[in-house]
Amino acid sequence: MKKKVLGLLLTVAMVAGLAACGSQPAASTGGEGQGGSELIKVGIINNDPNESGYRTANDKDLKEMFTEANGYSASFAYSKENEKQINAAQKFVQDEVDYLLLSAADTAGWDSVLKDAQAAGVKVILFDRVIDADPSLYEASIVSDMEKEGQTAVDWLAKQNLEEYNIIHLQGQMGTAAQKGRTAAMDAAVASNDNWNLVVQQSGDWNAENATQIVQSIINSGESFNVIYAENDDMAKGAVAALDKANISHGVGKDVIIMGFDCNKWALEELLNQNWNYDGQCNPFQASYIDDIIKKLENGETLTEKQIIMEEKGFDATEITADDVAKYGI
Amino acid sequence: MQIIKKITKQQIFIPIAALLILAVFNLIVDPSFYEITFSSNSAGDLVLSGNMISILDYGSELAILAIGMTLVTAACGGQDISVGAAVAISGSVVLRVLCGGNSRPETMQAPIIVAFLVSCVVAMLFGAFNGTLVAYFKIQPMVATLILFTAGRSIAAWINNNELPIISDPSFSYFGGFIPGIPIPTPFFIALICIVLAILVLRFTNLGLYTQAVGINESSSRLNGLNPAFIKFLTFVILGLCVAVVGLIKVSRLSSINYSVIAKDIEMDAILAVALGGNALSGGKFNLDASILGAYVIQFLTTTLYKVKVQSDALPAYKAVVVILLVVMSAPVVRQWLAGLGRKLRKPAKEVA
Repeated sequence: MKKKVLGLLLTVAMVAGLAACGSQPAASTGGEGQGGSELIKVGIINNDPNESGYRTANDKDLKEMFTEANGYSASFAYSKENEKQINAAQKFVQDEVDYLLLSAADTAGWDSVLKDAQAAGVKVILFDRVIDADPSLYEASIVSDMEKEGQTAVDWLAKQNLEEYNIIHLQGQMGTAAQKGRTAAMDAAVASNDNWNLVVQQSGDWNAENATQIVQSIINSGESFNVIYAENDDMAKGAVAALDKANISHGVGKDVIIMGFDCNKWALEELLNQNWNYDGQCNPFQASYIDDIIKKLENGETLTEKQIIMEEKGFDATEITADDVAKYGI
Repeated sequence: MQIIKKITKQQIFIPIAALLILAVFNLIVDPSFYEITFSSNSAGDLVLSGNMISILDYGSELAILAIGMTLVTAACGGQDISVGAAVAISGSVVLRVLCGGNSRPETMQAPIIVAFLVSCVVAMLFGAFNGTLVAYFKIQPMVATLILFTAGRSIAAWINNNELPIISDPSFSYFGGFIPGIPIPTPFFIALICIVLAILVLRFTNLGLYTQAVGINESSSRLNGLNPAFIKFLTFVILGLCVAVVGLIKVSRLSSINYSVIAKDIEMDAILAVALGGNALSGGKFNLDASILGAYVIQFLTTTLYKVKVQSDALPAYKAVVVILLVVMSAPVVRQWLAGLGRKLRKPAKEVA
């Protein structure tokens, strides 16, 4: 009996969904026909902007792009919790947005709400993070390739032609995409080169102070090292604090090579002052890519690629300019 | 035998025993753990360095927080889980005052002491907020402080317009580093001042007695003419002061701040320090010295784990195992059982003799 009722309810829901599906595009095309200046409604779900400098820059970039002047009417929802994000997504679908832009906190659990979105004619574009869902449920994803970031950094390091690489590897929070990608490249390089050694490989949880303590502990035990590969700028900064305490020189042409990631403005300034050697970019400026995709979809074009990987740079302290700091610093 | 019994009955025995176990472990694994060197840092000042110095350095922040947390625990029978977020707020306030709105100032816009006093006031206000919820609205401490725990880091970011200020003046780094000419890390001296102050306050005022009275039995303390709500409120304000001191040390260490990771999970370590000190987390009697020692034991453990290079993903697990052992050993039930076991073992021995 229960099953029958449930079945009936589901059927009703599906019919209602179909009806909604039918009416939705008609309404929006009608709008465009009238004025041509109809705003495109976008719902943007992001992580907490205070999470990191990266996220702050990312949020700022999106806010600058999706303005009424650019033809958008945007609403934002922030949470670092997946469930709250899913609730926000449901709300956006009910509000009949045209596009749902999503940077998911967690990879799992998105199927049903994305199906709802599809049924309601809402086009979904993922940015910054991918999810475990059928690719047919979203139009495109714009992501950073963390493995490539790691590879670019490791390739740069290999080009320094040191006789021996004794590396302190400070990992990010274990299990995060950035940590996995940036660690993988280093692990591969250490495994395939005899003169590359890991003095220590430990997680500093993205935290500068943990990094200071790890490096201090290595200095205390008297082991020698000449490279610090930190998976974010904060940890590189923490490591440098430990080196300064022990009077170990670092930077261009000095005893220890310092490598960081994320391209914070202050970190690029350290490069400019030659206190650090390398900083890898993790591009937070996705808004222009998203804008591009939306324009194409609005014009009825089909996208050639589903996954768009952003271009990301690696900066060398000997080549960086003040313009780079202003342009790429976050 | 009598002496041993007397010693093990002391509350401070647990953190001391834990400290000794860790010390012996390090002595066996690698005696060079205790090596201390005396050399100059990059600023040209002679400083001491070594694992023991690191423990004194980083354990001090925790020791300061443990003072406030012990009092809150004793009075309310609950813990403040918002201290990490509150440290972020007070650190952010320090930077805001010093920078005066410009995230990259050439010179500091205000004397450090002014910035510190402002942050003290702000942190005590947030402490008062928590205290009001707990003492006057009778909300469970953990639930009441959950509010600030959730919102605190966003507030911290908002104070500085979400920018990351950097102070380049070297004198600002003295509080988390070294004062030129003094080879011992400053946080240790700051902790020393806080500890001495706390001991003096407890000795020359009735705060300690009243706190315990409220924690043991609120109604009977009221019948004896105390104001339990005010005492609870006061402990939260004192914790706020401790938070402000730690906030200054934290931002001074890096001359900057990262809102999402600064003092992350420090509340858990502070609560652990209280538990390690053998204090009942349900309130009542407390021993401040034991909590402070507990804080240094936790840092000893962390430094030891870094020293033996435990694999990163397993690090929290190792810490957890050690913590479980320590806490179980310090649980009153287990101690009673151990004491009973000791008695039983002794009795047959005597009969045989």
